[in-house]
Amino acid sequence: MTVLINQSTRVLVQGMTGRAGTFYTDLAMRYGSDYVAGVRPGKGGAKHIGLPVFDSVREATEETGANASLILAPAHNAGAAMIEAIEAEVDVAVCVTERVPVHDMLRVKAALSGAPTVLIGPNSQGVLAPGSCKIGVMSTADAKPGSIGIVSRSASLTSEIVAQTSAAGLGQSRTIGVGGDPIHGLGFRRCLELFKDDPETKGVVLIGEIGGGEEEDAADYLASVTYDKPVVALMVGRHAPPQRRMGHAGTLAVFRPASVEEKAKRLADAGVLIAPHADAVAQQMATALKN
Amino acid sequence: MFLAEYQAKELLAQYGVSTPSGGLARTGSEAEAQARELKCEKYAVKAQIRAGGRGEAGGVKIAASPRAVRNDTEAMLGTVLATEQTGPKGERVELVYIEAAVDLSVSRYLALLVDERSAQPVLLGSVESGVEFERKAYADPNILETLPLPSDFDTSKVDLSDFLARLDLPAGAAGSVATLIKAMARAARETDAMLIEINPLAIVGGVEAVAVDAKMVIDGNALYRHPEFESFAREISVDEAEKVARENEINFVQLDGDIGVVVNGAGLGLATNDMIIDAGGAPANFMDIRTTARSFHIAKGVQLLLDDPKVRVILVNAHGGGMTVCDTIAEGVSFAYSRANRKPPIVFRAAGQNAAWARTIMKERRLPFETCDDMSSAINRAIELAREQG
Repeated sequence: MTVLINQSTRVLVQGMTGRAGTFYTDLAMRYGSDYVAGVRPGKGGAKHIGLPVFDSVREATEETGANASLILAPAHNAGAAMIEAIEAEVDVAVCVTERVPVHDMLRVKAALSGAPTVLIGPNSQGVLAPGSCKIGVMSTADAKPGSIGIVSRSASLTSEIVAQTSAAGLGQSRTIGVGGDPIHGLGFRRCLELFKDDPETKGVVLIGEIGGGEEEDAADYLASVTYDKPVVALMVGRHAPPQRRMGHAGTLAVFRPASVEEKAKRLADAGVLIAPHADAVAQQMATALKN
Repeated sequence: MFLAEYQAKELLAQYGVSTPSGGLARTGSEAEAQARELKCEKYAVKAQIRAGGRGEAGGVKIAASPRAVRNDTEAMLGTVLATEQTGPKGERVELVYIEAAVDLSVSRYLALLVDERSAQPVLLGSVESGVEFERKAYADPNILETLPLPSDFDTSKVDLSDFLARLDLPAGAAGSVATLIKAMARAARETDAMLIEINPLAIVGGVEAVAVDAKMVIDGNALYRHPEFESFAREISVDEAEKVARENEINFVQLDGDIGVVVNGAGLGLATNDMIIDAGGAPANFMDIRTTARSFHIAKGVQLLLDDPKVRVILVNAHGGGMTVCDTIAEGVSFAYSRANRKPPIVFRAAGQNAAWARTIMKERRLPFETCDDMSSAINRAIELAREQG
């Protein structure tokens, strides 16, 4: 049982031949991940940074056995790219692209319904198994193999907590960016389920923020099961002025969304430890693990 | 992008939605002239701001004569309407819409929104309506009727009859409301709308559905495929600093404090501001440098802070990740300072990718900075410096 990816995950890249695609594919391969193909319609048959390029995701999966996709397509193509990955039934599709139109995401979510693919993102830094597999664009400088599962809507705060947990000697089992967009694939709740069953993971850090409903879903789940690992939540945006779009997910003002305090309270009621501020997370987790 | 009422109505009318006749005015005499053309018994004078809650804040007046329309318009123009949705700063009224007042004795609430939780378009309706509606719905969600729509907004795939029945419409009005719902769905699909709200929807003469007020929000990420909104976007006044920032790959929100913050990432930006306020300080802004920003973009963002006379200290909180590295941020700060008349002290906290290199850049460019290793100490030092400068 592993969480989403491991050292035998074979990765293809949609949008590999562009500037960003080339850069991040190269970095991920240097990290030791098993990247096997690129997809770029019209460039099938070519080679790029040592990898074969295919016209379609299905061809790439059939020819190379790729079972995961990293999507670096531009925003106007990202919806179609996600749907193509889902229709080719890759196990995991990670979409890094920012600013994907919401209506495109409605179609992506419809395509996901009943499909075997786990979609991560869009607007996600990706998923990292420190030391073995990187599907995404995150920094790996401070990541260390270890016991903490991190799930977050924010790339920058994930880097912060990765550095803290490494410095505290805990390391990370997986880091998962569910993405900053209001409509996205994998959510906090499913990540918590995956971490619950993962023997490598001893504790979970959840990085939540203003807007959306991830934290409420996570709280409902945690209240409904016996979760035998400590969960520490860092909730940011407590002082963001109401009705301004500051965080990731824009919330429409038709109906009042839950405040950060309300979200934190729901989580605390479900047994989650709420970090007082961003600097305190790793210490709080270390203490919880000792008890 | 939030469309003003007149823009939303203009757009919906193209899809066949009935709206009261009316026109825009920028002065009292323009308003009076608009009213004379309408030739009706009563007129509505409506402030065109980009936020809801207008009615409760005094942004809608009913006038009995063109002369009264003029007086109401003159009283309204230039005032600042603060509603729950504008925030305490409010929005200045520069434009009013004059229209024939409609009999609201039979009216309903109708909206179509993209529901983020279910990732589906959802039709909302209620027998309640009007300025109090949101408060009522918040207190009692049961007054709200809902119907999920397919992800392509195709209303021919759903049966509207049960939804319409729950709106308890007059016997002859169901057909007109159904037609209006179909028009809304078509408009939403074709304009990348996140929300179309009609409140109130008047049932005139027991049969005709008329959109008396309309609100629309268009997905900003989809504007590239909607050149038709370019003129709308120009007409809408946006905070100048926020606009400059947006053009430079930075998400920026102006706040009132004295600590200018330079941060990469929305989450880290929120966390930084939380910690500043908890420690008794006041941020001058929220900043999220997007991963696509280069150093010259960042310089523009820093310049916005240097141009704000309230800013007494700059706090840089950079966490170099896979996409934005610390030295890019240091370069941006350095560009901005090299051109600035005013050089407030900088508290520089950098971690992650290229943090040491970033500190070297700051030192070599002789910037007035001091470094801190963790967020808490950087924030406390910035607050201290802001007080000393005050």
